[in-house]
Amino acid sequence: MAGRRIVPIGPYHPLQEEPEFFKLVVEGEKVVDIEIHIGYNHRGHEFISPELTYDQVPFLVERICGICSNSHPMAAVMAVEDICNLEIPERAKYLRTIVHELERIHSHLLWVGLAGHFIGYNTVWMWAWKYREHVLEVFEMLVGNRNHYAMNKPGGVRHDLRPEMVKPIRDAMDLVEKKVWMLTKAVLDDPVILSRLEGVGILTRAQALAYSTTGPTSRGSGVPWDVRRDEPHAAYGLVDWNVICFPEGDVLAKTKVRMLEMIESVKIIRQCLDRIPEGPIEARIEEVPPGEGCGRTEAPRGEVFHYMRSDGTNRPLRHKVRAPSYMNIASNKVACVGGTIADAALTLAAVDPCYCCTERMAAFEDGRLKYTWNELLKLSWQKTERVRARMGR
Amino acid sequence: MREAESKLRERFPEADYHRHNENRLYIRVPRERLTDACRFLHQERGMRLCICTGIDTREGFEVLYHFSDDDSGGLYTLKVVVPKDDPQVDSQAGWFPSTDWIEREMHELLGIDFPGHPDMQPLLTSDTDWNPDWKPLRRDYERRAEKHGR
Repeated sequence: MAGRRIVPIGPYHPLQEEPEFFKLVVEGEKVVDIEIHIGYNHRGHEFISPELTYDQVPFLVERICGICSNSHPMAAVMAVEDICNLEIPERAKYLRTIVHELERIHSHLLWVGLAGHFIGYNTVWMWAWKYREHVLEVFEMLVGNRNHYAMNKPGGVRHDLRPEMVKPIRDAMDLVEKKVWMLTKAVLDDPVILSRLEGVGILTRAQALAYSTTGPTSRGSGVPWDVRRDEPHAAYGLVDWNVICFPEGDVLAKTKVRMLEMIESVKIIRQCLDRIPEGPIEARIEEVPPGEGCGRTEAPRGEVFHYMRSDGTNRPLRHKVRAPSYMNIASNKVACVGGTIADAALTLAAVDPCYCCTERMAAFEDGRLKYTWNELLKLSWQKTERVRARMGR
Repeated sequence: MREAESKLRERFPEADYHRHNENRLYIRVPRERLTDACRFLHQERGMRLCICTGIDTREGFEVLYHFSDDDSGGLYTLKVVVPKDDPQVDSQAGWFPSTDWIEREMHELLGIDFPGHPDMQPLLTSDTDWNPDWKPLRRDYERRAEKHGR
């Protein structure tokens, strides 16, 4: 038998361009154990959040992740609303749902593209990202930004849907639906892609339950849980849609879940546009009483969970953030073992890991903290001023 | 959700129950009953662990275990309060891998000990020169500038 060797992936991932470190312990080609190191990008959000007011917190948590920049603020404001036992206006519920599902489509397309890139199929990568652009354009029209939508606030939403926006959203959805079907068929019909995905990186149902994985990682392993259905929030209880679940547990099953979820998201958005009532888009919160609350929502990668404790002031006493990748990345400990090194990179990517989410900046130089919070803030302001001056505003 | 609550009350009569609304139940259990309660919720009721939260309060350190009952949509939070001079909570990581990382994180950021944890290494600060005595989520943690000597 060949001796044990260590194959390092990271600390800077060669393909994902994100900081994490996987130590693969291999015997020949076979992975027999894996060590996962994270923490290269720990930003201390839970430390900063209690220094901010409830209105400022969504802006902070929005910056946990550029891809899920609706999920985190949505869960955070839901935690505040849970403390207050507040029901938000109907129109706000639909608006939150529309933005949330648009986010899911763009995130899943991003993953499909990356997965194609990982297995050396760069056509899939370029095509998926090309169609993702249409969704980002919808975001720009709707909220003024391609990412970081600043949609949620405690009690409702910030941006309203104007009548002239409906048609462009519908047109984009028609196009996305057509292209997602095309991509799905292209991926599932391709014997090379199938042989790279099928039976690779299997996470069994029992393992998914033991590691408490969430989202497509679970639903690809036969665990049909989706917070959108199980704890209906926003408008998810008011529209018809299906939870997509496959029992196989391999990378192919996770791919299928994500592909078909995009179609469900298109369905949800269309129904929301049909049914959205007129009315206010926010409920006013006079004060947040002492108490505790949890907010959770189904981000593209799984359940985002926020816990807040209030002492009756205008700042949270404690704010706990748990991104889905925190649970999903840990499950690689079992999903990777037994496979080959070539499959490991793909298996590690199959949970759609989001490292910046998991670690919720600190810059060090010669072992000392380089910038304080206020200095970082100042740098950011200076840059904004430079951009403004350049644009003549 | 109500049925699970009555089962819980039957099994853990000594616990303190607080229902916040239809979907949120907070259960304060004595420290020595925590493992039983976790096993009951996960193994017998099939619930999923969302995450744990550690909080530094006046009374002591609170450790919360948030369990989600995905079949009924409820959220059950087990709460353990430990004194600050004896911050120990039994580790669940040996039988329940979901708690592995978060116990390491709570140990690292809040200084709670989890006796029985199979691999209690820092999770987030392992590759840095972070002083293990700095516990940023404790209320007595000084502000950054002073801490880092500037």
